[in-house]
Amino acid sequence: MMNPIGKYGRAFWQALRRLSGDDAYERYLRHHAQHQVSEPPLSREEFYKQWQERKWKGVKRCC
Amino acid sequence: MNALFKYVVWIAIALLGAGAVGGIALNRGESINALWFIIAAVCVYAIAYRFYAAWVAARVLTLDETRATPAERFDNGRDFVPTNRWIVFGHHFAAIAGPGPLIGPTLAAQFGYLPGTLWILIGAVLGGCVQDMVTLFFSTRRDGRSLGQMARDELGPIGGIAALIGTFAIMIILIAVLGLVVVNAMKHSPWATSTVAATIPIAMVVGLYMRTIRPGRVLEGSALGVLLLLLAVAGGGWIDHHETLRPLFDHEGLPLAWAVIVYGFAAAVLPVWLLLAPRDYLSTFMKLGTVILLAVAIVILQPDVKMPALTRFIDGSGPIFGGTLFPFVFITIACGAISGFHSLIASGTTPKLLANERDIRMIGYGGMLLESFVAVMALVAATVLEPGVYFAINSPAGIVGKEAAEAVAKISSWGFPVTVEQMQTLAREMGEATLFARTGGAPSLAVGMASIFSSAFGQGMLALWYHFAIMFEAIFILTTLDAGTRVGRFMLQDMLGNVWPKLGETSWTPSVILTSGLVVGAWGYFLYIGVIDPNGGVNLLWPLFGIANQMLAAIALSVATGILVKSGKLHRAWVTGIPLAWLVLVTTTAAWQKIFSDDVRVGFIAAANDLSAKLAAGVLPPEKAAVAPQLIFNQHLDAWLTAFFVAVLWIVVLDMLRVSSRHLAGKPVPPLAESPHIPSRLVEDYVRD
Repeated sequence: MMNPIGKYGRAFWQALRRLSGDDAYERYLRHHAQHQVSEPPLSREEFYKQWQERKWKGVKRCC
Repeated sequence: MNALFKYVVWIAIALLGAGAVGGIALNRGESINALWFIIAAVCVYAIAYRFYAAWVAARVLTLDETRATPAERFDNGRDFVPTNRWIVFGHHFAAIAGPGPLIGPTLAAQFGYLPGTLWILIGAVLGGCVQDMVTLFFSTRRDGRSLGQMARDELGPIGGIAALIGTFAIMIILIAVLGLVVVNAMKHSPWATSTVAATIPIAMVVGLYMRTIRPGRVLEGSALGVLLLLLAVAGGGWIDHHETLRPLFDHEGLPLAWAVIVYGFAAAVLPVWLLLAPRDYLSTFMKLGTVILLAVAIVILQPDVKMPALTRFIDGSGPIFGGTLFPFVFITIACGAISGFHSLIASGTTPKLLANERDIRMIGYGGMLLESFVAVMALVAATVLEPGVYFAINSPAGIVGKEAAEAVAKISSWGFPVTVEQMQTLAREMGEATLFARTGGAPSLAVGMASIFSSAFGQGMLALWYHFAIMFEAIFILTTLDAGTRVGRFMLQDMLGNVWPKLGETSWTPSVILTSGLVVGAWGYFLYIGVIDPNGGVNLLWPLFGIANQMLAAIALSVATGILVKSGKLHRAWVTGIPLAWLVLVTTTAAWQKIFSDDVRVGFIAAANDLSAKLAAGVLPPEKAAVAPQLIFNQHLDAWLTAFFVAVLWIVVLDMLRVSSRHLAGKPVPPLAESPHIPSRLVEDYVRD
């Protein structure tokens, strides 16, 4: 049984991880497992490097 | 019963909002509580979101929640990912919210609080939010294509090229003016300079942490970075009092401008994980944290707004920037009401995350409402200052005079009393050598925020709050500078790749160095001119930026209006057509005045001629005479640039009108590029994330 503060706290924490990309690798692994790709998944380091590069390819920040 | 209750609630919100707006608008002579601005804004936003945005979503765009979005159709777990709408909202808002809505309203406060407030509210609900929402919608219906691609598909190659060039030009001017704001905030302020300088190694430490020590642990790295930033703010105070360290960070504008230019080049060439990405995490956390803190502080403190509703400067004689209320209040506010730049985020980036079309109203329209709210708070922070103090901080020395006594006499003679002692006490409290002629908006915003924060959360820490505010502004200005230079580099590589494909390879080092150098050189030039300009440069660059930004908004609204007409919705096309017509009117008038006005503080050509005449007559002091030829050349360049912006604007608008009238006459036009309807398989009870 979870009290409401704990519940909202958890939701907030998950949103924060999601927004900042803290959980990006975990989501990648999940996606990888679901889609039965033949190659093994990237390591955390390699994934993070590619993720950063991709994130900053276009217009991502405004005035 | 339930329906009746809803009616009553909405009528109450409408009455409260009308009362607050009316109170703000009709109040004369007495000071007015800042809380009324917050109430007015929240009520106006609530009604606009509930009724106008809902109507646009349902009747004009006809959002279809059964239709699969690009995120669902192309889901690849990387850039196309169906995402919870609150998360998309967070990403979208973090991307659109930059320093623009903080600076514009601060500068526009020279007209009094009323014009800025009204335009931020009206411009946002009828213009900016609509632009963001329709662009997001049309891009979502086109597989998340960018604004430039949509312009090319829907209007033709001319529109596409105009959008591309317009985006590149706005990037250059934007970075230059933001660089200038940072330089002006650091000028002769060892505390601010050392704190801002410290953000670079701090970002690198965080970058290394996230890359090698604990790969991908973004939150741990960010928490460490925020802690280090706060220490840097406190450490800056220590450096400021340290005899040997202090001179190392005490500089004129020009060396600081060179430092910013070198930094910009380094940031564009270095790998993103080292500097840009970690800095962006820090700036996003700082930005959100500070904006929330400011809102809470205003609600707790409920400060009085001391600026009059209208000042005498609506006649165009304002010290901060020259030009009459119409059109310059609209050009100056820019981002807080309508920002063309948002259409670049709303197309391309955000559509790839949308799980369902029904989220478009909240993310597109709602995101901009929040941005507009930030602009209202910046306006409050500027107008709670004593008007005399506000003008003393923001008026350039070239207008009010170099000497403190001269400046206070001039400002007091305008009817805004201020004394030298008052300014000295304030500067001492803020931990600065002087607060006279600290143009650019950042120092005055920081003084406003510091007074609000210290009153709301405990006195006696004014200097710390002031430098915290400066650091907060500087860090995300530098993020925009890094990211903008990089985007400019990619765009240039893309364009040059058409001439010589090798140059288009984004990782070929000679091309990276060449294109980064060209982009940095372009904005560096305008930054340099802004720094040597005796009138402070902001006067010169901010209107140019405003015109460029409104031009980009007009391109986005033209694309949207063209699509609406082609979709057989001519009778609804006024939704984007009216803001477009207004932007064309405002931008054209402003551009005309900036080029041809006889007033030397408004017209570029008049200013160039005036300076040439003075140079020829030998009446300029030697240090001014030395830079005069550069300033004259630059005034001409600015005139041509303004003419170019307005020409691009008119080309796109006329192209849209050509396509629309051909369509209405039954002649062939480029077909609608909308992707076919594929039913969504993400069923109603699907738990998104």
